[in-house]
Amino acid sequence: MRQEAFEAENRALWEEIDDLIEDLHRPKRNRRSELSDQMRFPEFYRRLCSQYALARSRRFSPALVAYLHGLVLRGHPLLYRRKAGWLWRLLDFLYRGFPRALRRNRGYFYLSLATFLLPALMMGIGCYLQEDLIYTVLDEQSVAEMESAYDPANDHPGRSPERGSETDFTMFGFYILNNIGIGFRTFALGILLGVGTLFLLLFNGVVIGGVAGHLSRLGYQETFWPFVSGHGAFELTAIVICGAAGLLMGKAVLAPGPLGRLETLKRHAQEALQLVMGAALMLLVAAFIEAFWSSSGFSPEVKYLVAAALWLWVILYLVFMGRGQSGSH
Amino acid sequence: MGTQISEKGFNAPIDTLGYYEIPEGVRLEFRLAGPVVRAAAWAIDALIRSLLYLVLSLVLALFGGVGMAILLIGFFLIEWFYPVIFELHNGATPGKRMMGILVIQDNGTPVTPAASVIRNLLRTADFLPFLYATGLITMLINRQFKRLGDLAAGTLVVYRGQDRQRTEIPTDEIEKPPLDLSEDEQLTLLAFSERAEGLTGDRREELADFLSEVTGRSGNKGVEALYSYANWILKGR
Repeated sequence: MRQEAFEAENRALWEEIDDLIEDLHRPKRNRRSELSDQMRFPEFYRRLCSQYALARSRRFSPALVAYLHGLVLRGHPLLYRRKAGWLWRLLDFLYRGFPRALRRNRGYFYLSLATFLLPALMMGIGCYLQEDLIYTVLDEQSVAEMESAYDPANDHPGRSPERGSETDFTMFGFYILNNIGIGFRTFALGILLGVGTLFLLLFNGVVIGGVAGHLSRLGYQETFWPFVSGHGAFELTAIVICGAAGLLMGKAVLAPGPLGRLETLKRHAQEALQLVMGAALMLLVAAFIEAFWSSSGFSPEVKYLVAAALWLWVILYLVFMGRGQSGSH
Repeated sequence: MGTQISEKGFNAPIDTLGYYEIPEGVRLEFRLAGPVVRAAAWAIDALIRSLLYLVLSLVLALFGGVGMAILLIGFFLIEWFYPVIFELHNGATPGKRMMGILVIQDNGTPVTPAASVIRNLLRTADFLPFLYATGLITMLINRQFKRLGDLAAGTLVVYRGQDRQRTEIPTDEIEKPPLDLSEDEQLTLLAFSERAEGLTGDRREELADFLSEVTGRSGNKGVEALYSYANWILKGR
């Protein structure tokens, strides 16, 4: 068939498809075409594709081929669009997706935990025993601020005197901005061979351990430990999970295995994303606890009790949720 | 969307076309967006973001502690999720939209929520050590201009297809070419005739003059001759 005849025969169909594609790109309520026409789109689209292939193989003119390709290109996302039931997927994710993802990658979690916890313990013990050691990781001003924040004479434990006047709400916003940001960075820098993640874990471990040791040495146990023990269940666990996500990325780049670097990176990124999103939600909870509970005036006994419950909750959730159901990996 | 017809074109090593074969058995082509246009889009977005920061700060400063909380959460969302929100809405941030580019999956479908979040969280790594230096180097050493975030998320940044008007050959004259033309030669003639209206008259004639030995004519007469050959190829022998 000559191009001219081919065009004459199909032009009406192409124009119809063109209009339909245009219409289907609109939001549902603004569409003008009949539902029955919309239902025929897959059939139309396949015919369009075969005509495009035909035009191409018969070496029809470039302008015609480009026109058909344009239609094919615009129609493709309509047919292969994913639909999202985001609320259902979020609940399912919390119910089993997140803890399962973490357990699938528990090796990375333990490595991340060790990179965070061991330096924290060492630095904590060191700072508890020796007065000046804290200055190797924090400058004088930060140490002074931190000391005044947990000074038993301070009305608002956990906040420096300048911050003391700000409301719990403000601190809630600040913790979100700061802590979830740290979590995201801990994950993202993992793609640089894992080095960025390891560095951030190590650094945070050393600082947090150092501060804890130093304040315990000063005798601020009454203010420091009741303040941090509650939200720490969510916050510290989440940072270590973000570390695990970063290490997953680093592993994909460093030692991708049989699938090749690019494919492994994509797969690990999907896996790591679940960890990061779960951790971000945990950090959101931690920010809430830290802003409204940790700073409240309850007695240390009550706070320790709640802290124990929170730790138990986090551990049980991560270890046991989503086990043994159908569809498990 | 550029279209390369000759099979040689598909394997041409230097090109900014990306391909993906869809289940219907045909190949989609994407014109990939390079570092310059993406940097321009980023700069526009940076401007919009700073305006957002400014407006948020001015307005929410009036509302005390809760206002501060919302402001800080707003900062968090703008810092990390500004691109995600727009990419999930229509594939492009306002900056990308203005530059006529958008984000899609490797397979030509709209960018998924997971992929969008991955590619935007990884900006942190791409940005290092300053102004997306890592991202730029990564873009330059792979064929599809992907920064680290795009590699991990499986996304592409491509030009939005422009609505192209189909151009017609400017004459109805039909004339049989004086010699047998190969398929590639026929296509070249068609491409010339369909696109000639976009060239200046002088350039048209200059190109047609290369074939004056075949047409036996020069100048505008030569151009007309090529048009009528093209019509013969399209409409009948």
